[in-house]
Amino acid sequence: MKNLRSPLSEAVGLGSAKHGFSHWYWQRVTAIALIPLVIWFVYSVLSLIGASHAQATAWLSSPFNAAIMLIFTLTALFHAQTGLQVVIEDYVHSKFANLTLILLIKFASVIMATFAVISVLKVVLGG
Amino acid sequence: MQKERPLSPHLQIYKMHQLTTLLSLLHRSTGIVLAVGTILLVYWLTAIAAGPEAYAQLQECFGHWFMQLLLFGWTFCLFYHLCNGIRHLFWDIGKGFEISTLYKSGTVVVIVAAILTAATIFTALNGGLS
Repeated sequence: MKNLRSPLSEAVGLGSAKHGFSHWYWQRVTAIALIPLVIWFVYSVLSLIGASHAQATAWLSSPFNAAIMLIFTLTALFHAQTGLQVVIEDYVHSKFANLTLILLIKFASVIMATFAVISVLKVVLGG
Repeated sequence: MQKERPLSPHLQIYKMHQLTTLLSLLHRSTGIVLAVGTILLVYWLTAIAAGPEAYAQLQECFGHWFMQLLLFGWTFCLFYHLCNGIRHLFWDIGKGFEISTLYKSGTVVVIVAAILTAATIFTALNGGLS
């Protein structure tokens, strides 16, 4: 197939950072994983409505619940981060604002993921 | 050398009142709302781990009528984004692009999301599943 890029644009080498496919792909992988996870999450939240602290702790200290809860939270955070990044890339055209927002979102999701991991581990390990 | 690249999406070229455009917009906006909602999810987990006092604070916060209203809104966002996300996955494998199918699947997504939201809110208001 004929290369659609102009010789100049090829020589300058700007453009694709070669991460586009992997970004798109992981957004779909996490989307598929989130289908059963979200159903489990809604069911769990509904069964924890009105739960006391002792009941909530007992529920989360089951290794099954703790594991699925962490998989759900981390998958959701990753999916949210990739989705927000696409929105920012589409609508925020100032280079500085674009980069700043994408970095803030990456930092925020790593911070939240750490909080989630430490919290769930603390409960499941009985700290 | 700075090259001007095409910028997407060109919102102004779409008719805003057609169902497909509205649903597409709704997919992004519910996604953004859900991303904000992950803060609540992490707050919930952290409060359970932090102990009874933090958990009591969380219960007070989540029990407020305004917060409940927001949580019900989040419920709809979650179900809509879930159902329409499945619609997107079908498009990703190249299925469902006919105009009539697009409108049909869009209508189904809205109806299913509304039913799931109503059922969840109803269950929640009646003390949940425990």
